[in-house]
Amino acid sequence: MSRPRLSHVLTSLLAGALGVALVLILLELPAHSGLAEPVTEAMDRSGVGHEVTAVLLNFRGYDTFLELAVLLLAVWVAWSLGRQDPVPARSVRGPVLRGTLRHLVPVAVLTGGYLVWVGASTTGGAFQGGAVLGAAGVMLVLARPRSLPRVPRLGLRFVVALGVLVFLASGVGGLLGGHGFMGYHPDWAYALIVAVELAAAVSIGLGLVLLFLGGRVQGDDDDH
Amino acid sequence: MSPWQAGLLLAFDLTLVLTLLGVAWQLLRGVNLFRSVVLFIAFGLLLSLAWVRLQAPDVALAEAAIGAGVTGALLLVALGRLRRMASGRHGGEGS
Repeated sequence: MSRPRLSHVLTSLLAGALGVALVLILLELPAHSGLAEPVTEAMDRSGVGHEVTAVLLNFRGYDTFLELAVLLLAVWVAWSLGRQDPVPARSVRGPVLRGTLRHLVPVAVLTGGYLVWVGASTTGGAFQGGAVLGAAGVMLVLARPRSLPRVPRLGLRFVVALGVLVFLASGVGGLLGGHGFMGYHPDWAYALIVAVELAAAVSIGLGLVLLFLGGRVQGDDDDH
Repeated sequence: MSPWQAGLLLAFDLTLVLTLLGVAWQLLRGVNLFRSVVLFIAFGLLLSLAWVRLQAPDVALAEAAIGAGVTGALLLVALGRLRRMASGRHGGEGS
């Protein structure tokens, strides 16, 4: 009985020592403002008014592009694991949930769109807006888990990949225009960034719903 | 900011940190998976509050929407599927 206790004590001591070491390192960090100054200097060329969006979509657009690709890859992997089994939820009887959703989903779509739109000038962005859209989709699925809408195969795949496709097209366009891969012409930056963000938000929302469903949607057979 | 307000904010921050640590400890050592998932969602919401206090509203929004909301929904549906798989093994395959 004393052995597990000893190992517990050892683990706690080691974890505590690691924590103390990390805090000490944190206190020793040199005072440095990071990349705030270079970003502020380049803001007038970024096309947007919000520093975070400028970094995510313009200065470090490649990273955001890869994040979208990771989400697409996750949906791909979930689908490759097999057909979707029904969501473990009972169909809800009564009018309350459906009536609520009828009012809530339009508000969620509006909120998601607003978050994407406002991301160009203040807090917001594609991932946040996409998550709101995805949450609305998840609630729709939960309201009627047994009767999901039939979606055209090609259309579904196209919309899930839309964010990556638009981002890639805009990035290659920057390359051909002489601004480097994932670069923008300063005059076009705002329109391109908003277009990329809108496409990305739709793809993120749909991707999250598809991950929630897990597996290929029923009736979406391409094996034969 | 008056010293009184600063003290109040400090007390809030300390409470937030302690609650975060307590919730994390509870959700990691619990054996009830459903309880752990619910605590994880609560942890995400508290963490987004911490991001607000660190003046990072963008991260806070992403944490609340994705970290707490969508990840919570994914974990809950995965838990439901696991339970059905476990009960299907005992009592025949039902669709």
